[in-house]
Amino acid sequence: MEPFTTHTGVGVPLRRSNVDTDQIIPAVYLKRVSRTGFADGLFAAWRADADFVLNAEPYRSGSVLVAGPDFGTGSSREHAVWALADYGFRVVVSSRFADIFRGNAGKQGLLAAQCEQSDVERLWRALEAEPGVEVTVDLREKTVRAKDFAVPFAIDDYTRWRLLEGLDDIALTLRHSAEVDAFERARPSWLPTTQSVAG
Amino acid sequence: MGRTLAEKVWDAHVVRRGDGDEPDLLYIDLHLVHEVTSPQAFDGLRAAGRPVRRPDLTIATEDHNVPTVGVDLPIADPVSRTQVETLRRNCAEFGVRLHPMGDAEQGIVHVVGPQLGLTQPGMTVVCGDSHTSTHGAFGALAFGIGTSEVEHVLATQTLPLRPFRTMAITVDGRLRPGVTAKDVILAVIARIGTGGGQGYVLEYRGSAIESLSVEARMTICNMSIEAGARAGMIAPDETTFEYLRGRPHAPTGAEWDAAVEYWRTLRTDPDAVFDREIRLDAEELTPFVTWGTNPGQGLPLAERVPDPTRIADEVERVAAEKALAYMGLNPGTPLREIGVDTVFLGSCTNGRIEDLRAAADVLRGRRVAEGVRMLVVPGSMRVRAQAEHEGLHEVFLAAGAEWRSAGCSMCLGMNPDQLRPGERSASTSNRNFEGRQGKGGRTHLVSPLVAAATAVRGTLSSPEDLD
Repeated sequence: MEPFTTHTGVGVPLRRSNVDTDQIIPAVYLKRVSRTGFADGLFAAWRADADFVLNAEPYRSGSVLVAGPDFGTGSSREHAVWALADYGFRVVVSSRFADIFRGNAGKQGLLAAQCEQSDVERLWRALEAEPGVEVTVDLREKTVRAKDFAVPFAIDDYTRWRLLEGLDDIALTLRHSAEVDAFERARPSWLPTTQSVAG
Repeated sequence: MGRTLAEKVWDAHVVRRGDGDEPDLLYIDLHLVHEVTSPQAFDGLRAAGRPVRRPDLTIATEDHNVPTVGVDLPIADPVSRTQVETLRRNCAEFGVRLHPMGDAEQGIVHVVGPQLGLTQPGMTVVCGDSHTSTHGAFGALAFGIGTSEVEHVLATQTLPLRPFRTMAITVDGRLRPGVTAKDVILAVIARIGTGGGQGYVLEYRGSAIESLSVEARMTICNMSIEAGARAGMIAPDETTFEYLRGRPHAPTGAEWDAAVEYWRTLRTDPDAVFDREIRLDAEELTPFVTWGTNPGQGLPLAERVPDPTRIADEVERVAAEKALAYMGLNPGTPLREIGVDTVFLGSCTNGRIEDLRAAADVLRGRRVAEGVRMLVVPGSMRVRAQAEHEGLHEVFLAAGAEWRSAGCSMCLGMNPDQLRPGERSASTSNRNFEGRQGKGGRTHLVSPLVAAATAVRGTLSSPEDLD
């Protein structure tokens, strides 16, 4: 995973709440067996509408998405994160993220930055007043800066550390293999296995 | 201080407590796998040269993509076929048990696990699917994960996780006839909202919950994710033990006795404190349906389509306006007057044998309305076989419904079972998102009883509306 420290790019105002993962990428796009190539499915239904924000220049080349509350609800599909990243987004700003989406984003180096709703609205106004304005997201300072103002965002310290360092979760866990071995030896014997049983 | 059920199960699975900001490392007892969220995870293992640590705690089935007709034929859609074949190759290579299309145990992953007796009280269960919360009905801590976490569990049989907060949802009293588990959970979601459960494990309790069957409890826990909670739980009791007794993977003999003795300890202590508590009166609940495009936008069937101009909160008002425009509905229309084109009975929410029995009881001796298509899709091939043993398929076919093979089907429309643009459904599934059941499709979430009555009348209805 690429380390993330700061990112500067065009901010995209998405004035929608409850942007569920079926909107981010509809199920018919989930059939690929790779992690790449999902950008064409991003917001597929909405992009068919000429008025959708990503169909307008200069938002089309945006990399910081600023959305309404409850972003990423619904399905656990990590394809939603892959689609956003594949399209070119590095940051999503929202006042509330669904838990699974937030976790998935953190695994893929997509920053889920949680701001107060009033700050989201301030960002929306700035991005709409001057389309194409660049936004700088600083993970060390935990701020989103647009024009002449900056707003703070929240992220848990562990995810922040992993993003800053670009660390892989599995490698971190494998450092504790001896503890996993010990735990396994103490598991109760009645617990099921998936091995086929007679009958 | 006492502990909640969720905290007891958590504590029993901590391999390693995190230092400071670090998450705890939790052991995973059962990992369920399907074709959509696993191929990239197996690829990751191959790239790193890692094996599956515990193939004997892992089981796979084909459900999201599979057609529900002609299941003995190759899958027509080449991309779906590739995904299913990729799962077969991965399971063979890594030694994971798979129930493929055509197998007697194939079906939706959340129906298959419980019916095999693999889901048991006090376990940790994960799957790359948000409706893994279903398994909480047994008092297991069960939650959906993304593909990176699937790879993590395959490689290590653990997950790094931060403790959840706990929320008690107490439903006391007796549910009225015609009011089901589905109506309870839709009412809960309407009450706390699609984000209300974020960061929480929900524990459903109270006399109305205790009186439910295990299948009905699964319906409730299944939709916890629709309230934003990754997991929902119900304390195991005699009903749970009776459900499990004799199932293929349930313990037997002295092991059964030891397991039951432990399972009886899996209750929230009287002095435990929840971070949040919600109460509902079962007697006040009536059949519930959704009118909008998220599962929190629901109302009792007797109500009317809401008027967005009367919603004070701006975010909710805008969401309601967008939802009504998408759904093609006018404020003030009685919900009972909304006509549908399609009725879908199935899914991991309501595709179990009790759901089919309930709908068949309504349809017996009646016909699906002219111009309405009804799909009945059992949650698993075992449910299908049981239904045929009971003659339920004859009831559905005589009523004019289609009798299908098992899979996720129209719940998410990854296979050919989809709504056409503008079509409207009454669906026993779990999500009414825009385009969920097919591009441009409009979904009303309902119980199996409401689905069957709606099929007969052609407009959203409950059995009491029938002659």
